[in-house]
Amino acid sequence: MTDAQWEVFSYQGVIAAAVLYFLAMLAYFFELAGLRSVAKDEEVTDQRTAMAGRLALVLSVFGVVVHLVALVARGLAADPNRVPWGNMYEFTISGTFVVALIFVLSTFRLDIEWLGPLVSTFVVAALMAAFLGLDDAVLPLPDALNSPWLVIHVVSAVISTGAFTIGALLSVLYLVKARSSATTGYLARVPEPKVLDRLSYRMHAFGFPVWTFAVLITGPIWAHQAWGAYWNWDPKEVWAFITWVVYAAYLHARATAGWRGRNAAILALVGVSTLWFNFIGINFFSSSSQHSYAEGAGAERSVVLRVAAAPVESPQEVRVVVGADHPRR
Amino acid sequence: MTDLQPDLRQRSSDDRQATSLPNDLNTRELARWSWRQLTSMRTALVLLLLLALAAIPGSVIPQEDIDSLAVSQWRDNHPRLAPIWDRLDLFSVYGSVWFSSIYILLMISLVGCIIPRLFVYARALRARPPRAPRHLTRLPESTAYTTDESPEDVLARAADALRSKRFRVETSTGSDAVSAERGYLREAGNLLFHLAVIVVLVGVAVGSLFGYKGGVIMLNGEDYGFTNNLTQYDDFAPGSLFDPDVMEPFSFSITDFQVDWLTEGGRAGMAREFVAELDYTTEPGGKTQNYDLRVNHPLTIGGTDIFLIGHGYAPVITIRDGEGEVTKSGPVVFLPTNGQTFESFGVVKAPFAQPEQIGLEGTFYPTFAMGRDADGNLTMPSSIFGSLGDPLVSMSLWTGDLGIDDGSASSVYVLDKADATQVLKEDGQPFRMDLRPGDTVTLPDGLGTVTFEGVQRWNKIQISRSPGKLVALGGVVLALVGLLGSLFIRPRRMWVRARRQDDGTTRVEVARLDRSSGGDPEDGAAEVAEIVASLQAPRGAQPTSSSRKDQS
Ligand code: HEM
Repeated sequence: MTDAQWEVFSYQGVIAAAVLYFLAMLAYFFELAGLRSVAKDEEVTDQRTAMAGRLALVLSVFGVVVHLVALVARGLAADPNRVPWGNMYEFTISGTFVVALIFVLSTFRLDIEWLGPLVSTFVVAALMAAFLGLDDAVLPLPDALNSPWLVIHVVSAVISTGAFTIGALLSVLYLVKARSSATTGYLARVPEPKVLDRLSYRMHAFGFPVWTFAVLITGPIWAHQAWGAYWNWDPKEVWAFITWVVYAAYLHARATAGWRGRNAAILALVGVSTLWFNFIGINFFSSSSQHSYAEGAGAERSVVLRVAAAPVESPQEVRVVVGADHPRR
Repeated sequence: MTDLQPDLRQRSSDDRQATSLPNDLNTRELARWSWRQLTSMRTALVLLLLLALAAIPGSVIPQEDIDSLAVSQWRDNHPRLAPIWDRLDLFSVYGSVWFSSIYILLMISLVGCIIPRLFVYARALRARPPRAPRHLTRLPESTAYTTDESPEDVLARAADALRSKRFRVETSTGSDAVSAERGYLREAGNLLFHLAVIVVLVGVAVGSLFGYKGGVIMLNGEDYGFTNNLTQYDDFAPGSLFDPDVMEPFSFSITDFQVDWLTEGGRAGMAREFVAELDYTTEPGGKTQNYDLRVNHPLTIGGTDIFLIGHGYAPVITIRDGEGEVTKSGPVVFLPTNGQTFESFGVVKAPFAQPEQIGLEGTFYPTFAMGRDADGNLTMPSSIFGSLGDPLVSMSLWTGDLGIDDGSASSVYVLDKADATQVLKEDGQPFRMDLRPGDTVTLPDGLGTVTFEGVQRWNKIQISRSPGKLVALGGVVLALVGLLGSLFIRPRRMWVRARRQDDGTTRVEVARLDRSSGGDPEDGAAEVAEIVASLQAPRGAQPTSSSRKDQS
């Protein structure tokens, strides 16, 4: 296939995956509706409700498989072939893939299917946003992104983003469940707050070292190679650091009397907001990010050079650029 | 669960909680109390959150160290806020007093927290697993059964089973229970992680105190060389304890530079695959070596790294003065004002020209085109592509005192127009010259001629030395290892108690206590079940004990 065909194929794949997730979501909702009046320990007697739950999971699994194919196709669509995370659209379809994958894999080992409605809704929403708001042509990577560290750095960032996102969904459930006294329906079937808290902790405990690896090890190494400095306090770096510190605080909160549970859950939500803000929001606030996802304001990756051949009356600064990352649109 | 003796669940972390202020205070107690507050977990948590909060302004307000151009633009746009921001150090958040004080407090808290815990841990390492609590079955993970075996047999078997699961086991004669503990490495991992955070900071500090970072614009060609000493840099930012003697005596020149300009596709106009071919020697008189300097592929010489971070054009201009003498000849660095089209700005000075000094100022267009507005009328000239499609340099002319004679320093990139006058045409419009390579223009008023000979290229090279980098990197790796230990090793205790009952049978109780914050009851129940299974297994079916028996 030609690159253009791969690209179209990838789009079709993403759409197909989104449709599958959407159907899974509908099935979950159908199941929820059926569970509305079922008490929590009661067996689900209604055949259709039970079927809907199983069907939803199967649909999710198919969604993940198609999603993976679409990702690979996206990589093959680029010339030269590359990893499919060169811009925000690609990062989003990779991130949602990891969220869905972690969920599906977890269902094999843990009793976590009740998280399905939340996960499928989130993935559908994020994929739609990616399609409508973030779509971008398949372009060759700018030179600075052309490094094996890109693969390692972004893989770990995407994986931890997925884990933190699921952890946050669990924390939301924790907060809701802790205040709910429902005896029937979805909330009643969700495990006890204590269990939610523990599962959420596990997701974070998995995500945190991976995030540390992405942000504090591979990030600086790559930044050093590409830009000549390990750490530049570039806005993306600042927010990655903020996310890291907030999650460190979350882990501390869990070990501090008086902060367990509710406060820790709130910190987890603060953490996930900094995470997604860094990914999407900061691009619209900052003009100086060197990260090429930052397409909002200043498009070119600039290296400022202070011309100080001799003391100058008005220090004159000029931007010198190793090729812009993005054409202005 | 309710009867759980509190000291069982207690971890070393818990003994440092914030306490309330004691009632009757003397100075010593106040100091003790303050220290306890500072080194409490809650303070650490609050300081961490403060640190996150304090980092935010630097991501939305331009920072002096990162983009000083943006800072000066911001200052121009917000004349009233700027002085306030200056007071608050908001243009250099990460070096500010308030930001530093947060992380220094955090570090003090960290040291104050870690050192005592090191001692606690050292003691815990030597300590024996604690004795079994009285009511084992009241622990959340516990089970019990009765058997005909003697308590001694059960306990001996329990000790074996626990040892083979790599528990540290305590059996004392006369006791009716076996205590066991494992997962000591969790606390070690936690301590390692926190200590490594300090190591990272030390590494970073060493780098910024003893290191340096500098930049130089290098014309391409063997004629232009760079030797690593202070005088050769265009800009140089040393750490405050930097010693110039550590600079490696290498030198290099750029023999060739290549760029691959994309001419089609979504990113047409973008350049990629920059390669600057270097000839370098690591010391004076050393062998000349080659290196293809590319983005993402710095050249490392000793402890110094050399990066390619920019490129641009240098039109080669020859100025003959009114007397026909060549007073200026050679490439002149023009600085790009547009990173996409490489439209560049530059200044050419001929201060020794006779009868009058000559100064040129203007724009270089790598691929010249006249812009057109919506109606198709010609508008501003511009460059439409970054590569040399149709190079053109367009300059205006200045004479008089260019401010170079008086010996005061001036930049090569700006024309001092204070005492200079612009040369005008007869119609009063500024005199301009538009030159393509090879063109020569005769200047008015008998000032001389200007020839545009061709175009050279230059590269911006960044050179940096950050001595602590391996320390910092090692620190982060250690931190990660420690973190993994701290998060995934489950410290836990197990007890097995066997007591002869009145009816002659033996009641065996097995209990387990998970001491980590993420303990999983299912894993716990599984571990209890395993121990019970190996206790209940018929003797012969136990491979380890049976083979041992065969030998004895
Ligand atoms: C630079 C600042 C700090 C960072 C980034 C940091 C990070 C972390 C992280 C990620 C954990 C989770 C590991 C685990 O759950 O075992 C942790 C645990 C812990 N931290 Fe910190 N920490 C910092 C400062 C401090 C300070 C100042 C204290 C002492 C007051 C402290 C005491 C603890 C303790 C006792 C634990 C273990 C909690 C447990 O047993 O679960 N940390 N820290």
